[in-house]
Amino acid sequence: MNYVIIGNGVSSIGAIEGIRRHDKDGKIVVIGAEDTAAYGRPLISYLLAGKIGPERLALRGEDYYARNGVELKLGTTATGVDTAKKTVTTDKGETVKYDRLLIATGGIPFVPPIPGVQGEDIYSFTTLAHANTLIELSSKIKRAVVIGGGLIGLKAAESLHDRGVSVTIVELAPRILSGGFDEKAGRLAANRLKNVGIEVNCGVTAKEIQRGKDGHVKGVLLTDGRFLECDVVVVAIGVVPHSAIAKEAGIKVERGIMVDAKLMTSAKDVYAAGDVAQAMDQLTGEHRVVPIWPNAYNQGYACGRNMAGAKQPYMGGLPMNSISFYGLPTISVGVVNPPDGDKNYEVHALLDEEKETYRKLVFRDEKLVGYVLVGDIDKGGMYTAFIKFEMPLAGEAKDKLINAGPEVFLWPAELFDETWNPEPAKAAR
Amino acid sequence: MLFQPINRNYHDFSIVRDKDLCINCKVCVRQCSYEAHFWDETRQKVMHDNAKCVGCHRCEALCPTSALLIQKKRSDFKDNALWRPEFLKYIYKQADTGGVLLTGMGSPVNIPVYWDKLLLDASQVTNPSIDPLREPMELKTFLGSKPDKLEFSKTKDGSAKLKTKLAPQIELNYPIMFSAMSFGSINFNLHVAMARAATELGICYNTGEGGLHKSLYKYGKNTIVQVASGRFGVHRDYLNAGAGIEIKVGQGAKPGIGGHLPGEKINAMVSETRMVPLGSDAISPAPHHDIYSIEDLHQLIFALKEASEYRVPVSVKIAAVHNVAAIASGIVRAGADIVAIDGVRGGTGAAPGMIRDNVGIPIELALAQVDQRLRDEGIRNRASIVAAGGTRCSADVIKAIALGADACYIATSALISVGCTLCAKCYTGKCPWGIATNDARLAKRQNPDVAAQKMVNLVRAWGHEIEEMLGGMGLNSIESLRGNRDKLRAVGLTDTEMDILGVKHAGR
Amino acid sequence: MKRVYPNKDFCIGCHICELACLTAHSKSKDLILAYTVERGESGLSSCKHVHEGGPTCVALSCRHCDEPSCVAACISGALQKDPETGRTVYDREKCVGCWSCLMACPFGAIARHPLEAKIVKCDLCHDRPGGPACVAACPNKALKQEER
Ligand SMILES: Cc1cc2nc3c(=O)[nH]c(=O)nc-3n(C[C@H](O)[C@H](O)[C@H](O)COP(=O)(O)OP(=O)(O)OC[C@H]3O[C@@H](n4cnc5c(N)ncnc54)[C@H](O)[C@@H]3O)c2cc1C
Ligand code: SF4
Ligand code: SF4
Ligand code: SF4
Ligand code: SF4
Repeated sequence: MNYVIIGNGVSSIGAIEGIRRHDKDGKIVVIGAEDTAAYGRPLISYLLAGKIGPERLALRGEDYYARNGVELKLGTTATGVDTAKKTVTTDKGETVKYDRLLIATGGIPFVPPIPGVQGEDIYSFTTLAHANTLIELSSKIKRAVVIGGGLIGLKAAESLHDRGVSVTIVELAPRILSGGFDEKAGRLAANRLKNVGIEVNCGVTAKEIQRGKDGHVKGVLLTDGRFLECDVVVVAIGVVPHSAIAKEAGIKVERGIMVDAKLMTSAKDVYAAGDVAQAMDQLTGEHRVVPIWPNAYNQGYACGRNMAGAKQPYMGGLPMNSISFYGLPTISVGVVNPPDGDKNYEVHALLDEEKETYRKLVFRDEKLVGYVLVGDIDKGGMYTAFIKFEMPLAGEAKDKLINAGPEVFLWPAELFDETWNPEPAKAAR
Repeated sequence: MLFQPINRNYHDFSIVRDKDLCINCKVCVRQCSYEAHFWDETRQKVMHDNAKCVGCHRCEALCPTSALLIQKKRSDFKDNALWRPEFLKYIYKQADTGGVLLTGMGSPVNIPVYWDKLLLDASQVTNPSIDPLREPMELKTFLGSKPDKLEFSKTKDGSAKLKTKLAPQIELNYPIMFSAMSFGSINFNLHVAMARAATELGICYNTGEGGLHKSLYKYGKNTIVQVASGRFGVHRDYLNAGAGIEIKVGQGAKPGIGGHLPGEKINAMVSETRMVPLGSDAISPAPHHDIYSIEDLHQLIFALKEASEYRVPVSVKIAAVHNVAAIASGIVRAGADIVAIDGVRGGTGAAPGMIRDNVGIPIELALAQVDQRLRDEGIRNRASIVAAGGTRCSADVIKAIALGADACYIATSALISVGCTLCAKCYTGKCPWGIATNDARLAKRQNPDVAAQKMVNLVRAWGHEIEEMLGGMGLNSIESLRGNRDKLRAVGLTDTEMDILGVKHAGR
Repeated sequence: MKRVYPNKDFCIGCHICELACLTAHSKSKDLILAYTVERGESGLSSCKHVHEGGPTCVALSCRHCDEPSCVAACISGALQKDPETGRTVYDREKCVGCWSCLMACPFGAIARHPLEAKIVKCDLCHDRPGGPACVAACPNKALKQEER
């Protein structure tokens, strides 16, 4: 069996591990445009901040690919897929045959059409190369504006600030972290950033990036008329699925590459995973692009297993984010911002501004479907369990969860036994 | 003693905590069900209240740094041979409460222990001893009525065939059984453990008067079901569930009085098994209300034999009291296949202390007398004798057999094997060792896997020792020792005592 | 693989497994020092946690799942599955303390290190000759390590 994987991100690692669970011999070829072995993409902010050195980026050990019988084609971009001939062509002029193909090309930074955005001094922050560029720059620049108050934007801002650059964040939404977090959590995080000296501007965006005669950026003109002087602009609004190669091959693409219950695309034997895929969401059952790390690994893993013949349906993704702002940890999982006024949801929120802690629980149909934790995050996983295993939480159990926190004794007895003390035959899981 | 009764500080134990070793881990706090240890929030360390300690040693056993010492508190009452401290404390307590002094376990008072005054024989020169590791050694014991004589007939091919119809027997691999401890007085986990241990050992355990939980019916071959005055859990299936039925007339720790399991101990499982309402007291009357004579007993014995279709032997258990020999004789004549005699040191889950310590006679004397009386009357073969009450070791077992017992019941020893330290507070229901309690938090301290293994180990160990001692006497089967009092000699006993025991003094 | 299975019916809530874990993972291998000194100084903590709910309690730690959520979530590669032993292994050097694993593990098996941006997770005492310390220490055999 010939397995080919396009993209060398975490989905690809998941896929290798999924394939090898069932098939120890099949040949695996990984084609990756970046010229490094798979690294922890989120680690680029730690690298930029100077918290870790480049030696800590690699996701797996040095002998990983060799040990797993993987042929790595780094610095190589796949340029086309022929689903009829079952081949992939590359920019190096190679044609690689596959029996099973995984498209795990991830996302590309979204750059909005702001006047002045094209040209020098505008950076993205999604790859190691981006990070290295910014590291080099950081000693030369004084001021930066980060457009986008989402996860990547804030991380870029924090890291640049750690390098001694004075940073201003611009966010169109009325608050930062509008995606995964709610208002109160966003405010606690924003306070932390403000306290260390990062300026946060919400409810505004860049109207124009102004440049001097030399073509270099002078500053950003905001929609509210203010002008933020700066040397560089980091555009970190988010990523969009890098799905061109699939589209060109005639594979069905909506927002991302559409996949079925086993993560196969519209083309037979072609699978997709990670930031590029539009896969099923556990809680809504809908197909969505949720560009987060655990989903990428899990989808890659599920693809790997299915490519190797396991016929395992993908359990669905669960949105989740864990990120810290200057030592303030936050976790957000599942549905955390239910539609306003929707009676199907019940929200319990608990804010302690003094202690900088916040907890929000979101219930739907007597089940936990989402939560946010700020500050005190230690029970995070235990809450996740209630969402992930869709445990019924009626009456007393729900009260206990709300008042005393998550506890394994609230689990249904059967799930508890199966998980912790199964009958000898049922243990593997 | 601030805000406390003035005799509060006359407690029995003090807790000594080694400051260098204690790490304030709170293990002791969690283990002590009497709340003698506690976490002091203000001082940020574990403290204790000596007055609450009952001396069970649970904390000492579990303290991971061996920081604890449970010591007797030396009372500094003026020496007085008559007014010993315990009597002062009894009086103080009763003056406070006006109530009966309750206690648990067997009597600790200094009634002579005749086991300690009896010594065994061994072979030298003339009759060789036997090495149990090299030669077969038979501990197998059959309990039940034996025929007066055996008749045989000849078959066509000339071989002999037994003509006599044998009465049903209980077959034991060791002359030892786990004595009656009702479900309720000890918890279900220990019943499971006893049932499993008895099965593994090829012996029997006795259900006690609390009935038999359905899930334990599968151990029936190794179970003796008991019928007591309260008739708890007695029904047709129950009577047919075991390898024997025992009518409990009396108990060594509390001859002449009944029992009382407080409603708090009647949880769902106990209630179902005992067939009494949840949470209501389960009271065993002092007498069986249908037994006022040997004839009545005869009726009950045969009613039970009928109910079980004469498939299993019926035992009658009595406390060792003054006229025990005559009573036993009557019991055998009433049709019992086994007579179980419980001596004054027999254990209990709850009994008034005065009765436990002052009523009844030692098992050694009772056993010797019963055996002798049945022999004298020529009916010894009609019933087996089981001795109970304070069997501490294999030597006690073997001496009991030499005195005439067919087997011994052990209860206290079995409980000690799973941790009991004889603190005698069984009646509180707070047993920190998880034995005499149905509190879910405490009962789980007895993991049946662990407990069963300990009980098995104990009986196996005793079995080995019994074999050694038998072999030493030149005997190769326990049967040859039964009632063989020539193998016993007394030390330091009076002529009367030796006469009652039927043994000679050492040196004779 | 041989995993540690806790039996809630016979867990007596003594927390001795936690002490054993602590000692096994200490420098001194001495309970008293581990508990009174190392805990405070280096943030030594137990990977095992006794959960209590009414009369029931149970000692839980990492299950070493076949398909672990923590490995999927770990952004640094600090958590990986060891294909040889089946253990879910943790490389402290790689960990950046992002708490993704803590969020993702639905079994509550990951805790934050009290002093550093690192996690605390069961390693099955893989280098301890007598096997997992918690199993060896449990006074009521409520923890078993076996193949199931
Ligand atoms: C700064 C930053 C911080 C983040 N932090 C978090 C976080 O804390 N938690 C979280 O859950 N998520 C986080 N994310 C998101 C997370 O990194 C992604 O969800 C994850 O990396 C997606 O993995 P993937 O394998 O699908 O794609 P990617 O990691 O994007 O990998 C795709 C790879 O494919 C290559 N490629 C693309 N096209 C081709 C082609 N035609 N031929 C060959 N190779 C190709 C790309 O170069 C890339 O190397 C963060 C992202 C960034 C940028
Ligand atoms: S169990 Fe021992 S070490 Fe722990 S608090 Fe009690 S006395 Fe101290
Ligand atoms: S009652 Fe038992 S557990 Fe409590 S302090 Fe005394 S000896 Fe220790
Ligand atoms: S940490 Fe959690 S998810 Fe990871 S292997 Fe252990 S139990 Fe499984
Ligand atoms: S905290 Fe450490 S081990 Fe856990 S996910 Fe983050 S980097 Fe990985």
